[in-house]
Amino acid sequence: MRQGALTLARHVRSGEMSAVEVVEESLAQIKAKDGRISAFNAVLGERSRRRAAEIDRQVALGEDPGPLAGIPVALKDNICASGVPTTCSSRILEGWLPPYDATVVTRLQAAGAVIIGKTNMDEFAMGSSTEASATGPTRNPCDLSRVPGGSSGGSAAAVAAGMTPLALGSDTGGSIRQPAALCGVVGAKPTYGRVSRYGLVAFASSLDQIGPIAADVADAALALEVIASHDPMDSTSIPDPCESLLAAVERDVGGMRVGLITDLLGEGIDHDVTERVEAAARALEESGAEVQEVSVPSISYGLSAYYLIAPAEASSNLARYDGVRYGLRVKGENTEKMNVATRTAGFGDEVKRRIMLGTFALSVGYYDAYYKKAQKVRTLVIRDFEAAYRSCDVLLAPTSPSVAFAFGERIDDPMSMYYSDVCTIPSSLAGHPAISVPFGTGAGGLPVGVQILAPPLREADMFAAAAALERA
Amino acid sequence: MSTQARGGGSIQAQAGGHEWEIVVGLEVHAELATRTKLFSASPNSFEGDPNTNIDPVCLGLPGTLPVLNVQAVELAIRVCLALNSEVRPSEFARKNYFYPDMPKDYQISQYDKPIGVGGFLELPSGKKVGIVRAHIEEDTGKSTHVGGTGRIDGAEYSLVDYNRAGVPLLEIVSQPDLRSAAEAREYVSELRAVLLAVGASDGKMEEGSLRVDANVSVRRRGERLGTRCEIKNMNSLRSIGRGIEYEAKRQVALLSAGESVSQETRHWNESEGRTLTLRGKEEATDYRYFPEPDLVPLRPSSEWVESIRSALPELPRFRRARLAAAVGRDASSVALFVERNQDTLAIEAVAAGADPAAVLKHLEHNLSEGTGRLTAGAFAELIAMESKGELTSNQVKATLAEMAATGADLKSVLADADYQAVSSSRLSSVLDELVAENPVEWERYREGDSRERKKLQGFFTGKIMRLTKGQADGRAVAELLRKRAQV
Amino acid sequence: MSSEHRISIEDVAHVAKLARLHLSDEEILRFTTQLADVLDHASDIESLNTEEVEPTSHPYPLSNVFRSDDPGPTLSSEEALSQGPEVEDGQFRVPPILIRSQQSGAAAMRQ
Repeated sequence: MRQGALTLARHVRSGEMSAVEVVEESLAQIKAKDGRISAFNAVLGERSRRRAAEIDRQVALGEDPGPLAGIPVALKDNICASGVPTTCSSRILEGWLPPYDATVVTRLQAAGAVIIGKTNMDEFAMGSSTEASATGPTRNPCDLSRVPGGSSGGSAAAVAAGMTPLALGSDTGGSIRQPAALCGVVGAKPTYGRVSRYGLVAFASSLDQIGPIAADVADAALALEVIASHDPMDSTSIPDPCESLLAAVERDVGGMRVGLITDLLGEGIDHDVTERVEAAARALEESGAEVQEVSVPSISYGLSAYYLIAPAEASSNLARYDGVRYGLRVKGENTEKMNVATRTAGFGDEVKRRIMLGTFALSVGYYDAYYKKAQKVRTLVIRDFEAAYRSCDVLLAPTSPSVAFAFGERIDDPMSMYYSDVCTIPSSLAGHPAISVPFGTGAGGLPVGVQILAPPLREADMFAAAAALERA
Repeated sequence: MSTQARGGGSIQAQAGGHEWEIVVGLEVHAELATRTKLFSASPNSFEGDPNTNIDPVCLGLPGTLPVLNVQAVELAIRVCLALNSEVRPSEFARKNYFYPDMPKDYQISQYDKPIGVGGFLELPSGKKVGIVRAHIEEDTGKSTHVGGTGRIDGAEYSLVDYNRAGVPLLEIVSQPDLRSAAEAREYVSELRAVLLAVGASDGKMEEGSLRVDANVSVRRRGERLGTRCEIKNMNSLRSIGRGIEYEAKRQVALLSAGESVSQETRHWNESEGRTLTLRGKEEATDYRYFPEPDLVPLRPSSEWVESIRSALPELPRFRRARLAAAVGRDASSVALFVERNQDTLAIEAVAAGADPAAVLKHLEHNLSEGTGRLTAGAFAELIAMESKGELTSNQVKATLAEMAATGADLKSVLADADYQAVSSSRLSSVLDELVAENPVEWERYREGDSRERKKLQGFFTGKIMRLTKGQADGRAVAELLRKRAQV
Repeated sequence: MSSEHRISIEDVAHVAKLARLHLSDEEILRFTTQLADVLDHASDIESLNTEEVEPTSHPYPLSNVFRSDDPGPTLSSEEALSQGPEVEDGQFRVPPILIRSQQSGAAAMRQ
C-alpha cells in the first residue's frame, strides 16, 4: 500500500478516495505478492468489496463511517469473524465456521474497517517462526529465505509486504512484537485486559492479548485506539478507558525517563541487535529523554516461568478439540479412541509438545514444583518491574535476540526456538504493554526491532517513546 | 462438628456378635434457580428440544469466555447463610477431564477456595450435621445411549444434548456425621426444604435438580473410621435410603468375613437393588486443577452478604415449629404446608377462628396448586359456613378455587354461584315439597324392602338435584332422606 | 536433578494418555528428551526462594466481575449442529462411551 491507514482513512472519509479503490489496491497487492509470501490463509475478496461499497455509500450520504473508514485489516487466523473459516493454522479446526464475531471484529467494523482476510500463524500461536503451520510457512518479505517470526508471522509479513495497511495479531509471549521486529514493522501488545479476548481462540488465557501490526507507529496507535475498550464479555477486560494514543504519538519526550534493561543486553543477544538498542538509547537521549541503565533481575527466570505457565493453560484450552462438536473428527470405535485419533491427527508436533509439557506441569506431584512455582516467579517479575518503574517511565530492550533466521534453523530444537522470545516474555508475564519499533538494520541488512516497555495502562507513554524513535 | 443424638440414628446391623455403625457423608448437587446459565445468557432450562437453550459460550466454542452470573452467586450465598457457613472470598478453578457432554473438556468449579466453608444443618430430630464446604460449579450436558439396552454399557452410540451445559450448580458437602440411611434421607429432605425456602433451587430430585452422592463406611462401634466407598446414581429419597442400606450391609458382610473394603466409587443400580464398582482408587483421575484464568476472584463485600442475610426468609424448621404450635400438631406432620408456603395463611386462618383440622385439610387437598389470593379471613369464614352445613364440600372446594384465583370476597363468590340455594334448610324445604307431591313414592321408600328403597332413593335424589340445579351435595341428600324417613 | 530424572518415558506415556494423544515409540523417546530439555532449563527457578511469594494467576488485579441474570440471544440448534462432524435427531452423535474409562462422577448419573 502506498499510504498508511491514517492517511487513507482521512481520504475515504473526505471522499477524496473511495473505499472500493483502497480495498481493490489491497486485493491487487495480495494477488501480486502472496503467491511468494503465503501470508494469508484466506482472502475475503467478495466480502471486502461489498463492505467497501457500503462504506462508500455511507460517505455519499454524508455519514462518517469512522476512523478506519475503508481500511483493510487482516486478522490473524485465531480471531473469529462470523461465518469466516477460523483455523488457527491447524488441521483440527478444518472447516469450522464460527457463528459469532470477536469483539475486536465488531469494533473494527463499527469504525469502518474492512476485514480483508485471515493470516497464517504458528499452529494455535505456538511458535516463533510461522513454520509450525499446518498450511506451510510464511516467508519474510525482507528475505524470502528467512522466517517472518511468529506466531503472528502472516500478519507481520502482510503489512511488511504492503498487502494491507493494518493487521491484528495476538501476543502470548511475543507473538506480535517478534514477527514485527523480524519483518521491519511496528507491533504493539497492550496491557493485559486492554483489548477484549472474546473471540480470540485461546492459547494461554492469562497471557494472550490482541494487538495491532502496522507500517508505522501512528497507524498502530490508531488501530489500538479502535480496538481497546471495556468488554462485558471478557471478565478480565479492564474497565478504565484508554488515553488517546494518537495524541501521544505527537508528544515530545523531553524529560521522559527511559531505562535501558541491562539484563537483556550482552550474552545471548546478537551483537548487531545490541548495537541497535544502544543506538536507540542515544536517539532517545537526543530527543530530550533521560536514559539510565536499570536491572530487572528476575526477568532472567522469565523464559522458564513462561514455558511452564503457557503450556499448562494451553493443555486445558486445547482439550475441547475432541472431535465431538466441530472441526476434524477421525473415527474411533469408542469416544475415547475417537478423541485420541482426532487429536493425534489434528495437532502438529509443537502443539502436541506443549500440551504434553503443560499436562505434565499440572499433574499430581508436579503442580507445586512447576506450575505454582512459575506463578510465583511471575509475581517476582512484576515486583522487579515495579521497582524499575519507580525511577523510569518506560524501559528499552531488544525485541528479538537476533534478526530473522533461516527456515529450518531452529524448528528441530525447541529450546533454541523458545529462546527467540526471551526479550518479549517478561512483559507478557507481567501483563504490561510493550511495542516493537523498527530501528535500522543488522546482519545481512535485515531489520532490527527495539522494544519499548511501559507500566500497566501506560500505553500513551509507550507510544510517545516509540514515535520519537521512529522520528529519529 | 461433633455428632449429637446419635441414639436413634444407628442401624443395628448385627454380624458376628458385633454392633456396627454406618458412617455417611453426603455431597449434594443442587441446580440453582437462575434464569440464565452460570457463565452465559442462554436460558437455564433444559425442557424442549435438544440443543436449543445454548449459546457460543456454554457450547465452549473456541474464543468464547465465561462471565459469572451474579444471581447464581447471590443464591449460593443465601444457601451458605442458611447453613450457617462462612461466606469466603473464593476463586474458580478448572477441573480437567475428557467427557463428550462437557463442551470444553474441563469443568469450571471451585477447588481450594470455595464460597462457603463450615456451618451445619439442623435436622428435624434436632441433630446438627456439619457442613464441610459449598462451592459453585457448572453442570454438564446430557448423553442418551442408543442401541443395546439403552444404557451406557453396550450402547451402539450416544447422542449429546448441551441444553444443561453451564447450568449453575451448588455442591454442598457434609461432614461424615450421618449414622443411618434414614438419617441421610432426613438430611437430604431437610436440605431440600432449606433450598426451596431460600429460593435457591426447585429441589426436584426426579428431574435431577438435586443429585446426591454418598460416602459410606462402616465401623464397629467406638472404632476409628473404616474405608469408605462413594455411591453415585441415587436419584430419589427412596433410592438414597436403599443404596446406603445396601452398601452398608455389603461392607459389614465383607468385614465380618475377614475381608477388607477397598476404596472405590460404586454405582447404585436401582432395578437390581445393589451397588456395583464404577472405578477403583487406582483409577482415580488426575484432574489437574488450576486457577481459572478467564474468571477473576470473587470477593463478596460484607455489605452484600449482610443485605442478603437480612432479606433471608425464615428457615423451614422455625416455620414448622410455629405452624405446629398454631395448629396443635407436631412439627414433623406439618412439613408439607411449609414446603408449599401455606404456613402463614394457616396460622392466620386459625388466628381468625378457623378450625385447625379443617384449615389443614383444605390446604392439603383443595389448595395443593397454591393459595393464590385467598385471604385468611375469607378462608376462616368459609370454614365456619362449612361446619354449620351451609355449604357442601364441593361448594367449599369451588369457592376456595375461585377466591384463590381472583381474590374476590366470599360474599360475592357465593352470590354469583347462588350457593345459598342448597343450604341444609333449603334442602329440607325442597324435600318437603317433593314428599307432598309424591306421597305414594315416599310411602314406598319408607316401607319398601332394600331394593325398593334403593330405587326410590335414586328417584328422590334425582328430583332434588334437578330442583337445585345439581348444586346439592349427594351425601347431604342421602343423609336427609335417611333421617326424614327414619330408616 | 539430572535431566533424565526430570521426566521419564513412563511419565511421557502417561501424560499422553491424560491428554488423549497417541505417540509412537519414536515420538515418546523424542518428546522425553525434548521435554527433559525444557524442564532442565526451567530448573533455574528451583533455587529461587519463593516461600513468602503469592502466585500470580491474573496479571491485572480485578475482582467481582459479573453479568446480570438476563437471558440473551441463543444459537439455533441448526447453527450449532451445522458444525458437528456427526449429528442425529438434533444432537451430536458420538461413538459408544466407555463407562469404565469415564472420569466424571456426575457422568455416572446421566444414563
